Amino acid sequence: MKHWPVTILLFWLIVAVAAPWLGFQPDAIDLDRILAVPSFQSWLGNDDLGRDIFARLIAGAEVSLTVAMLVTAATMTFGTALGLVAGYYGGWVDRVLMHVTDVFLAFPGILLAIAFAAVLGPGLNNLILALCLTSWVGYARLTRAQALSLRGRQHVLAAQVLGATTPRILFRHMLPLLMAPLLVEATFSIASLIVAEASLSFLGLGIQPPHASWGSMLRDGVRYLLVAPHYVLAAGLSLMSLVLAVNVLGDTLRDTLDVKR
Amino acid sequence: MLFKRLVGVLPVIFGVLLLTFLLVHLVPGDPVEVMLGESATSADRSALRAELGLDKALPLQFADYLTKLAQGDFGVSIHSHAPISGLLAERIPATARLALLSLVIALAIGLPLGIVAALHYRRWPDRAATLSALTLSAMPHFWLGPLLMLVFALWLGWLPVSGMDNDASILLPALTLASGLAAILTRMTRASLLEVLNEDFVRTARAKGLPERTVILRHAMKAALLPVVTVIGLQLGSLLAGAVITETVFGWEGVGRLLVESIEKRDYPVTQACVLVIALTYVLVNLLTDLAYARLDPRVRFSQ
Repeated sequence: MKHWPVTILLFWLIVAVAAPWLGFQPDAIDLDRILAVPSFQSWLGNDDLGRDIFARLIAGAEVSLTVAMLVTAATMTFGTALGLVAGYYGGWVDRVLMHVTDVFLAFPGILLAIAFAAVLGPGLNNLILALCLTSWVGYARLTRAQALSLRGRQHVLAAQVLGATTPRILFRHMLPLLMAPLLVEATFSIASLIVAEASLSFLGLGIQPPHASWGSMLRDGVRYLLVAPHYVLAAGLSLMSLVLAVNVLGDTLRDTLDVKR
Repeated sequence: MLFKRLVGVLPVIFGVLLLTFLLVHLVPGDPVEVMLGESATSADRSALRAELGLDKALPLQFADYLTKLAQGDFGVSIHSHAPISGLLAERIPATARLALLSLVIALAIGLPLGIVAALHYRRWPDRAATLSALTLSAMPHFWLGPLLMLVFALWLGWLPVSGMDNDASILLPALTLASGLAAILTRMTRASLLEVLNEDFVRTARAKGLPERTVILRHAMKAALLPVVTVIGLQLGSLLAGAVITETVFGWEGVGRLLVESIEKRDYPVTQACVLVIALTYVLVNLLTDLAYARLDPRVRFSQ
């Protein structure tokens, strides 16, 4: 019971990774089973085209986790590098970065991602691009603030005196001390990216039919709310379970690693 | 302090204007072609290109964009040819009503829940409040909205499903929109009050023999509310961004719905205008919050 967040996360990770070998057919249309209720044949029922909802949930998990992890890997690398350089050098590099991030932060929540996705056009690649364009800011701000306080530390000064190159100081002497806050930030960011992917797909800006995404399943499900509530409930509960699990994991990590937010 | 803060916000506003202006130039290929579709004649295209000023040099276009905005001219919708300022004026009151009611609901839920949690630290009311806040913050609007719709409109039949024909129509979208802020307010109020309860002045108030009610509500809460005010300012922006999804779920004809409709129709000038209005409102609200904070916090007020 104590380990429920890890259990939920592992469940979705394993089914997402194992999806190709599980033999589900998320895109197979069966017109005899349109909006069928859950049964032994299809555990969570069928959607408006008679497709198996459980199979589509697994396909949706695959998309959701892939997007979240790809975007996290890309933006964490880029944002951290940028923040390290700005915090270490200070001066105009730092001022420019701060102004740019201030502008990005002036667009609340998912608004900028919606705007980018809108002009780039729908589809998986553009969805990833739109999320990358907006999610690096947090890492840059976090790393910059930490680097600013680290650059005066004794061991950094010692490394400078000993003639260590700047990349060596940044990546060997400063970056390791940043790993704990970065890990916590990345965990929360994965949760918000899962929501962001679903939001954009809900608005029709993300994954395109016939491919499954939790967001587009929720959108379709709302249309059949009265006749087939199991559709919305299945997609919504899946999304909530994963986001809740990742968030709780983030809280635990933050407390364990003693990171202040 | 006031002057510095006001000047500091200018580069941000400039950046926001520049970024929204550049949005249309991020369209892969020819934006005019994307907007008009493949059936348009080349005369139509050059007409639209000239109308949007896309045939001019980029800095000139930006200068034009700023000049027009300064005159309150947001351009014209490609779809309906109506002036965008009019479209916005039609939609802004609906979003403002929704956001304000959500704020009131979030405060009405978050503050009491946070106080109760802090006063029963680590006992069941605290656990229940913390767990509800955690669950609520894991429920995006496009999941909580349909869920509330299912329970209160379809099963219980207490409230209208969607639209805005009825006075009660606002309740479900407002409740949906309030959820995230209510969760954050609960957590913040709890944490903030817990911290304050250990302060000397609270002990003094208790030692004076003041009733516990007065100690908590008049002495402790006054100090505990300060960080909460900042959070409200920051979160009002998320409320506006959340309105985009919530209004779409409930068919609420506000700025958020206008934004989504414009994206579906590839009416980029309208998209641009909506994004700009939401971002600028957010910047303004944050500025006002900072000023309010300075007025509320005696440490800041007297240091000037």
